[in-house]
Amino acid sequence: MSERDEDQADALFHALADRTRRDILRRVLRGEHSVSVLAAKYEMSFAAVQKHVAVLERAGLLTKRRSGREQLASGDVEAVRSVASMLAELEQVWRGRIARIDELIALDNDKQQ
Amino acid sequence: MPVIDVQSDLDSRTLSIIADFAAPVERIWQVYADPRQLEKVWGPPSYPATVVDHDLKPGGRVTYFMTGPEGDKHSGYWLVTAVDEPRSFEFEDGFANPDFTPNTDMPVSGNVFTFTAHEGGTRAVYVSTYATAEGLQQVLDMGVVEGASQAINQIDELVA
Repeated sequence: MSERDEDQADALFHALADRTRRDILRRVLRGEHSVSVLAAKYEMSFAAVQKHVAVLERAGLLTKRRSGREQLASGDVEAVRSVASMLAELEQVWRGRIARIDELIALDNDKQQ
Repeated sequence: MPVIDVQSDLDSRTLSIIADFAAPVERIWQVYADPRQLEKVWGPPSYPATVVDHDLKPGGRVTYFMTGPEGDKHSGYWLVTAVDEPRSFEFEDGFANPDFTPNTDMPVSGNVFTFTAHEGGTRAVYVSTYATAEGLQQVLDMGVVEGASQAINQIDELVA
């Protein structure tokens, strides 16, 4: 990983470490939402929701565009996939261990024959 | 391959893996109960594990180190929290200092391993959870995964 990728990963995980931000992300991944419509869904101030949206935007998980007086936010599916790919890396560790157990117990059968 | 299902949950940072082994539950338990067998399966071929302390009882500790290609050593520990031989055990898995005291700067994962008799063999369920997404990322950055894909390829070649 390059330094830039590392910084990107930090921003990504910071952004996803908050329940409200994950909830916002789920909504905007399904389709474009205006920030004011999003803000109405949470029991917090418009400014607080706007801050959460900004954190998601900096992490590259969400993009914003202006339409008249409205700010419209949509989720970036590719960026979300990169989080999933980190879990997939961990999965490879476990698959390796399972394959080695399988190999170990196969040796028992060889000895018996 | 014996892995039959893998599920990961981003929100809870949990990885669950189900595998079927062609051996009785007691045999699979032995892999974890015997430090010499455990070290054969825990580390990938490029980072072989050496188990030092091994006390698979509630409150007991298992300590190990993995040796990298440059002779670099990476220590870890298990703190065993529950044991129901031979059906299940639970432990926290963390990074350790060279003297095997827990490295508290590093994240700890909670693990539950369960083994049940299934179609003449054993169904193993592995559930591993990290408290935070940062913790999960940190573990991946530490190079825990180095050589893992390589290991799988080697085994695939072996059984092909």
